[in-house]
Amino acid sequence: MKRSKVRFWLFLAPALISFTIICVIPMIVGFYYAFTNWDGVDMNPTVVGFDNFTRMFSTDSDFLRALLFTSLVAVVTIILVNAVGLLLAIFVTQKFKGANLLRSVLFMPNLIGGLLLGFTWNFIFTSVFSSIGTALNLDFLKGWLSNTETGFMGLIILNVWQMSGYMMIIYIAQLQHIPASVKEAAKIDGANWWQTFRSVTFPLVMPAFTIGLFLTIANSFKMFDQNLALTKGGPYRSTEMLALNIYNSAFAANQYGYAQAKAIIFLIVVAGIGLIQLVVTKKKEVEM
Amino acid sequence: MVGVKKTEKIVINKKGRLKRTIFSIIALIIGVIFVFPIYILALSSFKTQKGLLSNIVGFPDSTTFSPKNYVEAFNKLKYLQSFCNSLYISVCSVILILLISTMAAWVLVRYKTKVSKAIFVVFALFMLVPFQCVMVPLLVVAKNMNLLNPVGLIFMYMGFGASMSILMIHGFIKNVPEELEEAAVIDGCNVVQLFFLIVVPLLRVILITVAILNIMWIWNDYLLPSIVINKAGWQTLPLMTYSFFGSYSTRWDLASAALIMCITPIVIFYLFSQKYIVNGMTDGAIK
Repeated sequence: MKRSKVRFWLFLAPALISFTIICVIPMIVGFYYAFTNWDGVDMNPTVVGFDNFTRMFSTDSDFLRALLFTSLVAVVTIILVNAVGLLLAIFVTQKFKGANLLRSVLFMPNLIGGLLLGFTWNFIFTSVFSSIGTALNLDFLKGWLSNTETGFMGLIILNVWQMSGYMMIIYIAQLQHIPASVKEAAKIDGANWWQTFRSVTFPLVMPAFTIGLFLTIANSFKMFDQNLALTKGGPYRSTEMLALNIYNSAFAANQYGYAQAKAIIFLIVVAGIGLIQLVVTKKKEVEM
Repeated sequence: MVGVKKTEKIVINKKGRLKRTIFSIIALIIGVIFVFPIYILALSSFKTQKGLLSNIVGFPDSTTFSPKNYVEAFNKLKYLQSFCNSLYISVCSVILILLISTMAAWVLVRYKTKVSKAIFVVFALFMLVPFQCVMVPLLVVAKNMNLLNPVGLIFMYMGFGASMSILMIHGFIKNVPEELEEAAVIDGCNVVQLFFLIVVPLLRVILITVAILNIMWIWNDYLLPSIVINKAGWQTLPLMTYSFFGSYSTRWDLASAALIMCITPIVIFYLFSQKYIVNGMTDGAIK
């Protein structure tokens, strides 16, 4: 077929132009700002070289804490969300009344925006927990979100509640690819439930783990709305995650250049994880 | 022989039925745990502030029942206006994202040149970039181009949405045979007819998926609108919810009603398009 170059560029133009203005140009400008001390007002900021980068890793304890806190939240979330998601997937693929309804219910929290979820759980942790705690004299239910530990647990509970239904759906898709004959063969060989799970189901679900793991890592690292609505980073910035830390540097402290430098580090972390995912997934595909 | 088989079958049936009943009970417990936060929230939204303090888990009684929480929250949220703002921005953005991404993805697949491949890689790579990376410089660009308004926001969603949408549609078009398009050209189709009458209908499945992934994200998005259109009259539901909590953070009677009003449209949307949403989110993750 004869193809005109004009057609190519005409069809590409709308996407290319909006993408360039909204993503590419800010990205390039951003790299420049990361090496300046720009405060958002002065239109001719001074170039300060790598000062922003050395500062964040040497003197900015809030940033380092945010980095550590984010990693901690991510690790615990990844383990719990995927474990719960897989167990739920195995459970709802059994035959019983209400299995489909349960599936729908479990998936739903994932669609509600992070902000709404954060506020909802804020209510549960601060009002409902303390009321129940007072009524039943349970001290561990009182004062949630007022210290780092309960703030951390709050974020984890929210994450598990929000994301495990999503992981469940992904694992269900994989479970349905396992032929029934394989499980029947295991049964005939005398395998019990646990043996079947460990030696048949689990290895065959492995490919979905790559997706599940990286989705949860990416979501946990990029988390912003939930963090903002649930704890706002408090008390004393101790539950502030990376995205919120960058946001506060930019809009609360007006250190635009510094915030941009942090964002570059953030990019390296998130993109690094994403690229590892691509490599691992591609490798898996070859093996299969 | 026959008799033995029959009893065996009954035993198995009984065992199966018992197992199923136990499963249903476990399912009920899991379901209750998952629904609990929303259930408590819904209960609270009908209580007075005093009722919340005295009995948070129980049903409201005649002295603590307060349906007018909803009226007050409705007014404070400027619900109708914020809802329409959200709807306008989400629907316009998604339609435009679908249009520009399909157009781009189509030529990116059908033109197998080096330039075409390079452009595709740039689009795909941007999926890895977190929003915070472009947040501040985007504001500068937007200010200079006079984009800090709802139309500007829609334009931004086009830019941000293009990346993932092109990637997914591109993957789909690759598996659509080209012969159909060639036949249409021989029959005298021009480019516009070819695109809208032949190509787009073939992409129905993937377009629904992409539309759903985008609408869920844009409808719930808080950060981008908060820095672009945070002005009276332009605010979307997430923006109003956030500012509402700034002023009424201790009034959980009103706040719970506000949250329920914001969650309800999402639940209704889910009930009507559950199949597409679940498929879309699964495909989106796997691709």
